[in-house]
Amino acid sequence: MQRRVAIIGVGYTPFRPITPDMSFKEMMFEAAQKAYEDAGVCPRKDIDAFVTCEEDFTHGRSIFNIHTPDNIGAVMKRIHTLPAESLYGLADAFMLINTGLVDVMAVESHSKASNMLTPDYLVAHAMDPVYNKPLGYNPYFIAGMEMNRYLHDSGVTREQCALVSVKNRANALLNPDAAYGDRIAMDDVLESETMFWPLNRLDMSSPADGGIVMVVACEEKARDLCDKPVWVRGVGWCSDAPSLETREWGEAVYARLAGEMAYRVAGVTNPRIEVDFAEVDDTFTYKELQHLEALKLCAPGQAGFMVEEGATQREGAFPVNVSGGSLGVGRLDEATGLQKVLEVVLQLRGEAGPRQLEDVSVGLAQSWRGVPANSGAVAILSNE
Amino acid sequence: MRKVAVVGAGMTKFMRRAQETGKELAWETAKLALDSCELTVKDVDCVVMGTAPDAFDMVHMKHEYLSDGAGAWRKPYVRGFLGGGTGVFTACQAWYHVASGMFDVCLAVTEEKMSSCLPHPQGAFVTCWDQFTESPLGTSLLWFFAWEMNRYMTSHGITEREIALVSVKNKKNALHHPCAQLPGEITVDDVMKSEIMAWPVKRLDVSPTSDGAAVLVFASEEVAKRITDRPVWVQGVGWCLDTMYIGQRDLYYPKYVEYAARMAYDMAGIKDPRREIDIAEPYDPFSYKELHHGEGLLLCDKGEAVRLLVDGETQKTGRQPWCPSGGALGVGNAIAATGVMKVAELFWQLRGEAGERQVPGRPRRGVAQAWGDEMQVGTVVVLGV
Repeated sequence: MQRRVAIIGVGYTPFRPITPDMSFKEMMFEAAQKAYEDAGVCPRKDIDAFVTCEEDFTHGRSIFNIHTPDNIGAVMKRIHTLPAESLYGLADAFMLINTGLVDVMAVESHSKASNMLTPDYLVAHAMDPVYNKPLGYNPYFIAGMEMNRYLHDSGVTREQCALVSVKNRANALLNPDAAYGDRIAMDDVLESETMFWPLNRLDMSSPADGGIVMVVACEEKARDLCDKPVWVRGVGWCSDAPSLETREWGEAVYARLAGEMAYRVAGVTNPRIEVDFAEVDDTFTYKELQHLEALKLCAPGQAGFMVEEGATQREGAFPVNVSGGSLGVGRLDEATGLQKVLEVVLQLRGEAGPRQLEDVSVGLAQSWRGVPANSGAVAILSNE
Repeated sequence: MRKVAVVGAGMTKFMRRAQETGKELAWETAKLALDSCELTVKDVDCVVMGTAPDAFDMVHMKHEYLSDGAGAWRKPYVRGFLGGGTGVFTACQAWYHVASGMFDVCLAVTEEKMSSCLPHPQGAFVTCWDQFTESPLGTSLLWFFAWEMNRYMTSHGITEREIALVSVKNKKNALHHPCAQLPGEITVDDVMKSEIMAWPVKRLDVSPTSDGAAVLVFASEEVAKRITDRPVWVQGVGWCLDTMYIGQRDLYYPKYVEYAARMAYDMAGIKDPRREIDIAEPYDPFSYKELHHGEGLLLCDKGEAVRLLVDGETQKTGRQPWCPSGGALGVGNAIAATGVMKVAELFWQLRGEAGERQVPGRPRRGVAQAWGDEMQVGTVVVLGV
């Protein structure tokens, strides 16, 4: 350890609530073409290995990775699938490049959530098949319980959570690729339908479709191929207890440990000073606050005040989810983590258009695997 | 490149229907593997999981559910997936977790529970195919194997009786494997008389469906030298995936296995695999597959594997034993766990710990391979001492 690793190309399709005009194969192809064009590489000649991140059930098939190689130019090459959140794919590329076995690698993930007619029933199959699934609950009750416990432990209020939704949906208005940009007020969130108490409809993100591909390279190749490499300074990932009966409900332990690992790899000792902005998981409003605390991006118990004071606004001292996050962009299933990385890359390259942040050099992307999982990953990126 | 060793291994008995949950199978086996090298779960830096389609257990994000069983509580944990090639790929994945320098000890856990898929795991495969060009044919997985076996036989003029010898050999080898599900002394006539599943595939040409788990412990050079005086080194890894359109491939030869093998051999510095490899564990979910894969692994010329078999060269006492474990045909086919079972067999054989299965001489290098998806992926690991 350790070779320096950089993201040298990104490609993506716009994030939309439905995509009737494209199959997942076409989405993969479009994102891959754009990423290879961006990096100036030919997948047949220049890319040594590929990793795709997708789950079988969200595609309604067994062994989804059968369908991956042709769409991204990976036929007869090293390619494998991680049935995991896509930030794990970036970590995977980071490791493979660090072995010295490969120099250039592509990471792919996509969401075709609109194909799922009854996604909640599907997620119910992720519950423990012996103890929990037979109870027949909608699995999102877990988020309600977790939110309640988090509010109780941390002193964060429902109003502060609602402000996260207001902020992220407003941020999304400046992101032409976001599906759910909106100008709403705190009361709109508090008065929206109660879904899983205390979680209201506007506290929850909605699904969206989209494909993302990134080209990742070792330092020599990155300098050779790219004017504006974005360095992957550290990655970390962690799984906490999967069972509902034994897990920690108030604290996002997986995010804390994944963050500690990423900071260690990146050599970051004081994240609140060294990191300029973050894209953290905001599948539900309280998750953004819970994750900011777990990642030590604010003092313990201060996340609620941060959002209240506007510190996490785009113009604030520590911008969070400038892209709009999952609340504004849409929840992209396995591709959510790469969307977070994408925003950090665009900001660090200075290509974020009207939502561009000034003077940023280090950004953090974090993901959570979603209900009912208790795991997630972190990446720390820098343009220096 | 950092050197990585396999330092411990363990597996459960493969069986038709295990009473344990997947979590329990995973933990029981992880404990066995850790005990074998006198480590505890506290010494493990990270965990990789290999397990085949979620549809077998009908558990979405199955690896998340299995994580604490796999010993991954509050540890970095990820699952890799390459269909039937998953098992050997899990070993590749564990290798790069350690070789990257990020971790020193990695637990590679594979678990499979096929019995929960009722009435038969075949049902999980009907949603594999392309929904426009293949699914409407109403195919079962066995049809694909029948096409491929027929194409292989026809291309090289091989007979069903010759191929049946693979089943005879592997089920016999499995007699000495304490974890074997379907060992036995059978004859070529038994295979020929068994029920035709999809011609030319007969029941005794097919491996059983199984429940089971297999686990390996990988360690960096420094740790390996500290905890054991007999480390088995990972010398090469390779994996390769061919096109998803089966109609665009000539099924007579697994080119993707060759590509994966070449990657692994290049890494290991192997020029002539026929001479430099002492034992092989090609994936044998169907009898002809052992021959097909042996050719893909460049262990003989195309179409010549059957000669090695008939001449006894691939027997346990032959020049280059193939599937001394008993393979998927004899030990059982708990998909992902079978891949790791094959790597574990190399580990035991190379350490001289294979008991009654031990091949004569002192094998110094072996290759294990798995295969999967829609006849399209090859995964290869070369181990040596």
